[in-house]
Amino acid sequence: MTTEEKHITSYSLYARVLIILMVLTAITITAPSLNLTAFTILIALVIASTKAGIVLTYFMHLKIENTLLRIMVIMVLGIYGSVIILTFADYIYR
Amino acid sequence: MTEESYPIAHPSYLVDTGKRKGIKAWLTTCDHKRIALLYLWSIMVFFIIGAILGETMRTELFRPGQQFYGPQTYNAIFTLHGLIMIFLIVIPGLTVVFGNFVMPIMIGANDVAFPRLNLFSWYLYILGAAVVVVSQFAGSGPPDTGWTFYAPYSTQTHTNVIAAVSGAFILGFSSILTGINFIVTIHRLRTPKMTFFKMPLLPWAVYATAWIQVLATPIIGITLLMIIGERVFRIGFFDPALGGDPILYQHLFWIYSHPAVYIMILPAMGVITEIIPTFSQRRIFGYKAIAFSSLAIAGVGYFVWGHHMFTSGMSKEAIWVFSLLTFLVAVPSAIKVFNWVTTMYKGSIDLKPPMLYAMAFIFLFTIGGLTGLVQGALATDIQVHDTSFIVAHFHYIIFGGVGFAFLGGLHYWYPKMFGRLYNIRTANIAWGFLFTGFNLLYFPQFVIGLEGMPRRYFDYLPQFTLSQQISTVGGYLLGIGLIIMIVNLFRKSGEKAPDNPWGGKTLEWQLPSPPPEENFSTPPNVSDFPYDYD
Ligand SMILES: [Cu+2]
Repeated sequence: MTTEEKHITSYSLYARVLIILMVLTAITITAPSLNLTAFTILIALVIASTKAGIVLTYFMHLKIENTLLRIMVIMVLGIYGSVIILTFADYIYR
Repeated sequence: MTEESYPIAHPSYLVDTGKRKGIKAWLTTCDHKRIALLYLWSIMVFFIIGAILGETMRTELFRPGQQFYGPQTYNAIFTLHGLIMIFLIVIPGLTVVFGNFVMPIMIGANDVAFPRLNLFSWYLYILGAAVVVVSQFAGSGPPDTGWTFYAPYSTQTHTNVIAAVSGAFILGFSSILTGINFIVTIHRLRTPKMTFFKMPLLPWAVYATAWIQVLATPIIGITLLMIIGERVFRIGFFDPALGGDPILYQHLFWIYSHPAVYIMILPAMGVITEIIPTFSQRRIFGYKAIAFSSLAIAGVGYFVWGHHMFTSGMSKEAIWVFSLLTFLVAVPSAIKVFNWVTTMYKGSIDLKPPMLYAMAFIFLFTIGGLTGLVQGALATDIQVHDTSFIVAHFHYIIFGGVGFAFLGGLHYWYPKMFGRLYNIRTANIAWGFLFTGFNLLYFPQFVIGLEGMPRRYFDYLPQFTLSQQISTVGGYLLGIGLIIMIVNLFRKSGEKAPDNPWGGKTLEWQLPSPPPEENFSTPPNVSDFPYDYD
């Protein structure tokens, strides 16, 4: 099959990713106290998705994985998104 | 493709070669073939229990009014019947038995990708089953919600819902782990020459199923946890009094449980796709169409769950979309039916038991599928909703489809699994009882359903008596057929099976019957087309 390639990710990259994740967590915690009403949920969801994306890309090595795995993950996100949209086809019009 | 004989130096997988012997060897095995048999035995035991529960319900329904148990017991029994049949038998069913036993051999692999995880999945399955059994006896009485656990009833009834829900939760983990295992196996362990489009169609079906297992099962997991949360902490997910929405439960439940129907039926279709070319001695018609229709069913199948909720108060815009999508998902299933029938056309058809089951599958599945469209259409669904029409449709798909495919697969690979033959004549007689009994049992329920017989009722109006009695007699014939079949398969007197008793072309028939512990000592020959008959 495919030949095994070795990837070495530097500690500094992991450290930077960790710092970004912690900053985002801090924003998630402080955002509700700003009383932005409905935007609070939007902010929380956007930050959570960003964090999940970063974790998938760096910690779970999607950045260096082969195309097949990337296609699989994109497919999963596509199904997940479609399920959410279909569910809201009920909630928005009910 | 040449018939290869393997040196006798490799003992069969049924012989203990390791340090452990007997039952200890079986309970610690990592061999995919032995694990398949562990599942087969467990499923047989649960199936006998579930079938007996079904027979008691048919007996209770023989006459209007109470015969020998009351409504609360009836509710508990149809709940347990559903839990056992759905979560313990048809959801894992064909995947864990035939997916485990023949799929790795068909792709030229010596085992699945994670053999220990495979055994662990079986232990999780047994643990989940044990918890479901405990739910019947511990706490405040057996659950009476039906296998669907609909909120708000499931969050309020005083019966032992939490234990049953936890059992289903654990069974979900078993299913996810099996799915991951099979996806990795099919991607990584195919023998070098076995490209995706040289794979037989059962691995294709198992592959599509595995994706549904991995992607849909977590949703039922979280939903079941939400029921527990609602019952214990009164969080207010589903209870309107607490600001919740009962329809949200139905969304979450069916986002899993509709795809779960495809977890059940896709491997069944895979098994049928193996049986038909062998007993027609013809190339499968439309190989790629069947392979892609498996993927299409898996893909579109995620987006049709709302058809279970047409009368529950969903928005009409959503209802239209779900009805349209439901009609679309019927297309790939129909593609398969046309391909099977076309494969048989002008073939030299050999009516051995596996083929009888496969033909029964096509007949019963088609009736089940077409009556499904009656419910997929918005106007007619209002008439048949929550009537025994649904019960009939469901059993035509799940028993007539999945069940008959399971029995067909069992009769097809039985000589390979155990190295013995069964009595063909007796098997045919058992099939006759099963087929006749099945139709007598479920067809009248279409009729009385249209006339307004509600489902899940322990009593009925006198005008339904004759149909209910025909149905009960059918149930008994079905039971007799099952007994004949089980006795025929599992008495230890069959003559030794040849390596390829049916003239099959896929790789498992090149191995001895039963296969050696390590399937292939040298990489097998892979032909350009897995069904190379003419
Ligand atoms: Cu459905």
